[in-house]
Amino acid sequence: MADYKELTRVATQVRRDIIRMVHGAKNGHPGGALGCTDLLVLLYFKLMKHNNKNFSMDGKDEDLFFLSNGHISAVLYSTLARAGYFDVKELATHRKLNSRLQGHPTPHEHLPGIRIASGSLGQGLSVAVGAALAKKLNNDDKFVYVLMGDGEQQEGQIWEAAMFAPHNKVSNLIGFVDYNGIQIDGHTKDVLDLMDLGKKYESFGWEVLSCDGNNFESLESTILKAQANRSNGKPKMVIMHTQMGYPIDFMMGNHKWHGNAPNDEQKDKALAQLEVTLGDY
Amino acid sequence: MKKYTPTEKFDTRSGFGAGLHELGKKNPNVVALCADLTPSLKMEAFQKDFPERFIQCGIAEANMISIAAGLTIGGKIPFTGTFANFSTGRVYDQIRQSVAYSHKNVKICASHAGLTLGEDGATHQILEDLGMMKMLPGMVVINTCDFNQTKAATMAIADYNGPVYLRFGRPVIPNFTPADQVFQIGKAWTVNEGKDVTILCTGHMVWESIIAGEMLAEKGIDADILNIHTIKPLDDAAVLASAKKTGCVVTAEEHNVLGGLGESVARLLSTSLPTPMEMVGVKDTFGESGTPDELMEKYGLKARHIVDAVIKVMEKKKALV
Repeated sequence: MADYKELTRVATQVRRDIIRMVHGAKNGHPGGALGCTDLLVLLYFKLMKHNNKNFSMDGKDEDLFFLSNGHISAVLYSTLARAGYFDVKELATHRKLNSRLQGHPTPHEHLPGIRIASGSLGQGLSVAVGAALAKKLNNDDKFVYVLMGDGEQQEGQIWEAAMFAPHNKVSNLIGFVDYNGIQIDGHTKDVLDLMDLGKKYESFGWEVLSCDGNNFESLESTILKAQANRSNGKPKMVIMHTQMGYPIDFMMGNHKWHGNAPNDEQKDKALAQLEVTLGDY
Repeated sequence: MKKYTPTEKFDTRSGFGAGLHELGKKNPNVVALCADLTPSLKMEAFQKDFPERFIQCGIAEANMISIAAGLTIGGKIPFTGTFANFSTGRVYDQIRQSVAYSHKNVKICASHAGLTLGEDGATHQILEDLGMMKMLPGMVVINTCDFNQTKAATMAIADYNGPVYLRFGRPVIPNFTPADQVFQIGKAWTVNEGKDVTILCTGHMVWESIIAGEMLAEKGIDADILNIHTIKPLDDAAVLASAKKTGCVVTAEEHNVLGGLGESVARLLSTSLPTPMEMVGVKDTFGESGTPDELMEKYGLKARHIVDAVIKVMEKKKALV
């Protein structure tokens, strides 16, 4: 089982991949991808039981992860490649013609590890609910995880799913909100204030937890607690406090990096802050 | 004209309910989802006998469609049920991304389609759904014509792996197709063999086409009538063979003439076998409140309108010679 030192090495390489992929495509969404790297690395390299060699769409007896905020695809692609789903060399094709690594994830191109298309926001929580219900019907005791953006919480469909899951005791579902407080047009509190998001989910019947999403210890203890409380019948929502662009000094907390690629100079400046650990693709 | 003398009348939605219940017994992977319209969709029998596989979603159709997509991950075959309006326009983006683009094995089952929904009026009478659904790559689009065909289609689509839109309706109409039919997706069903004109019809317009065929026979016109229950994939071979035989074509559908069966046929004929055509359908307008019969009359969807279109298209054919 990977320790935090090893996970940090993986996360650092994934972050290098993200910078290089977005720079290579000359567009993409580096900020959220960098902020959510620790969660994906922890899940795929430590907590999830998953089959990286023989990918099956059904994922029976596997933990499943869904990315609802599909625009941070770079972190998912890099994590999947680094976890052995496909060759890391393929990361160079991200967002380019004839690639399996589309701008937003899709099973349309048959990339191992991708089970649903996402990009149009607000659908992933419902999809994850469906996958979790299928696990229950199949007597499969594994968990379903789903990551959403905080701006994404403005989509109405989220609240349809939020109402459904506690009513139907979807207790094998653990959701995450990437709470970095930033969306394309600025700070969420200025664009459309989420107010007390945790209280909203709580009032809908969820068990709400929160953690530092850029700290493995905080993330892991929170997820283990969410798993342990499965018997209370509630779905779990983790408000995951992250820094957009973490840990690149000139990107952190700046909404400009939600959907902009670094130029050559910015790319070099960012990579200088991330040592090569597993080897670049 | 072949004689059809049905003794019983049912609504097509009851055919869906009966087919779904059969599937419940036959296939443990079939699950049903509904958005607070269980009796309207005739899903009560499934709900009663297979409660663990019935998912009540409440009035939240977007969530229902995406949950259905998620259920396929795990091998389930979800059938969603609500009105055609809420099955398509309201959830187009969910169907597009989570179902069609993601190649999910979801069956979107849509009742109360078209004008025959009646008194509730235009908010609920969708006349654009076939167009929306047929534009989605990989989506199979079916519009059934009576109880038996709807039941058979419901069961057949469970055996097909991929997204399907199944459209049916509210009114009670004659049940005239065989009870023991094997429903073949994409294969036209021959209602009558004739030589003078082709009538391509779907949904509730099939029975109207049969009445029209009888009226035409009295005038000495021998109509080749094909039931195009599958709008997509269109049975190109059957359409082309009939058009070649008769030299003129009328389409009949309870849908906007923009985007429906008529346009699919026009695309095929204009590129492969240019043939005079007339379209019976709603002429790019919304519906209104009224009884189904009053509405079908006012919007030009009765047998006599098909007869008028046949006479017109046969004159066009004559002018070509």
